[in-house]
Amino acid sequence: MTSIAIPEGMPQYDDVPRFDVARVRADFPILDREINGHPLVYLDSANTSHKPRQVLDVLDEHYARHNANVSRSVHTLGTEATEAYEGARAKVAAFINAPSVDEVVFTKNSTEAINIVAYAFSNASLRPDADPRFRLGPGDEVVISEMEHHSNIVPWQLLCERTGATLRWFPVTDQGRLDESGLEDLVTERTKIVSLVHVSNILGTVNATSRITARVREVGALLLLDCSQSVPHLPIDVVDLDADYIVFTGHKMCGPTGIGVLWGRAELLAAMPPVFGGGSMIETVTMARSTFAAPPARFEAGTPPIAEAVALGAAVDYLTGVGMRAIQWHEKELTAYALDAFGSVPDLRIFGPTVPVGRGGTISFALGDVHPHDVGQVLDSLGVQVRVGHHCAKPVCNRFGVPAMTRASFYLYTTTEEIDALVAGLEQVRKVFD
Amino acid sequence: MQLDQLYQEIILDHYKRPHGRGLRDAEDSGDRVEEAHHVNPTCGDEVTVRVATDGTVLHDISYDGMGCSISQASASVLHELLRGRGAREAFEVHEAFVELMSGRGQVTPDEDVLGDGVAFAGVARYPARVKCALLPWMAFKDAAARAGVAASPEVKA
Repeated sequence: MTSIAIPEGMPQYDDVPRFDVARVRADFPILDREINGHPLVYLDSANTSHKPRQVLDVLDEHYARHNANVSRSVHTLGTEATEAYEGARAKVAAFINAPSVDEVVFTKNSTEAINIVAYAFSNASLRPDADPRFRLGPGDEVVISEMEHHSNIVPWQLLCERTGATLRWFPVTDQGRLDESGLEDLVTERTKIVSLVHVSNILGTVNATSRITARVREVGALLLLDCSQSVPHLPIDVVDLDADYIVFTGHKMCGPTGIGVLWGRAELLAAMPPVFGGGSMIETVTMARSTFAAPPARFEAGTPPIAEAVALGAAVDYLTGVGMRAIQWHEKELTAYALDAFGSVPDLRIFGPTVPVGRGGTISFALGDVHPHDVGQVLDSLGVQVRVGHHCAKPVCNRFGVPAMTRASFYLYTTTEEIDALVAGLEQVRKVFD
Repeated sequence: MQLDQLYQEIILDHYKRPHGRGLRDAEDSGDRVEEAHHVNPTCGDEVTVRVATDGTVLHDISYDGMGCSISQASASVLHELLRGRGAREAFEVHEAFVELMSGRGQVTPDEDVLGDGVAFAGVARYPARVKCALLPWMAFKDAAARAGVAASPEVKA
């Protein structure tokens, strides 16, 4: 990479917070593994991240020492479990700068979080007395984009089918950016909700949302951001972001599977009808009817994933300890290094931004006409773990005219040596299939 | 793992120089021509297999699709093995191939029955790739059923 002189008075590279990658790696037991006789090179963190010892210990400790159900016992263990569960909620709220702890709803994952919002709209649409912001019918519109994960497409398709509303979407440019040129025509007085990915899981694009937010406010619609790929990788401040909802998932941010988050503005959550009915989400129940608890409990029916939530709290502590700005910068350097290195691989075509600006550390590519399955298989034989396929974003594959892509994605424990191993592996792929 | 067990020369040959690729109409106007399109939803691979038959002999098996080396080579081998065969005989080969692929590497293939198909023995050790190898064979089975020649006994996918 070429070095450039930064004018005096501007922030210098030295000012950027950093961390010791080797020390971070030592926290992740799985990174010691060998795969097919080679050191593990894990480049699939956009799929799921690994878990540090600090998170695994908390998970273990919870079951070994504090196991009980939450919010329904007076005994000591029940109190400890409840405090740990609610403590995790407070940690998550602080992590995203939520104005209130009660704005954090624990879900199973991002998919469930999006579905809760979609079904709240659906339920409201059946009730004439519901808040009109959530009522959908023919003539109303829902806006998404062509770069969404299937989890931010299908729930809205289903919602539109149920209510007669129309689904519209932002296109994607050849460079893999959101095409906002039709913003005024796309987001109008007919729009009830805009649901967009913050960082693309396939193109790596970081979407600048301020223009869209301004337009959403102008027409009186709501804005949901799918932050599954941003909350783990960069500092997120929901006040700054000015969205109405964000969703993310624990397992992509060093936490366990089975725990995700729906953050919503307090006033909106309070106005939304419940989605799942059951224990914990009620105020009182008679045989004829029930009344419902205030959020977040209203949206957490049944025994929640308690240990998973507590461990997510530990993951948040871990990431905060390393520093989200430092993680963001580390990944930016890795991305620049990888884009540079990929430039030296013949016949490699990158899908998405080819500059390390407005993009995260997730890079999808094609290697000549070798099918991604074959690329992934040869790389696996060398210990290099990448994802291949459509990445649950088939419309993006269609947009770029390919059935599948190969994707390398980075995290705080990724090193430049691992990117070198990937590049060397790609040379091997070319040898097998040339 | 031994990469060359998976990517045997025979498989790479069929992938790079596929036999009988491209969808064709029947040469004999008396033949019934039917096709089936199968998709592997986890990876997006697609194949269309077309069968031309008079009900007893499979006069042609043509195909088109896009996918990985395993699925494309498998279609080429399918064409090579089953074209021109009697329907009953073809389904014996079909059954043997499905059995090989479901055997997790424990089944010893019979080269007299499977021909180049024996090269897929290594693929059976990779659960993630078995579906790739089976994709054209399952499409073939559906296309044949539509053309009035059904497999018996029922084979499991």
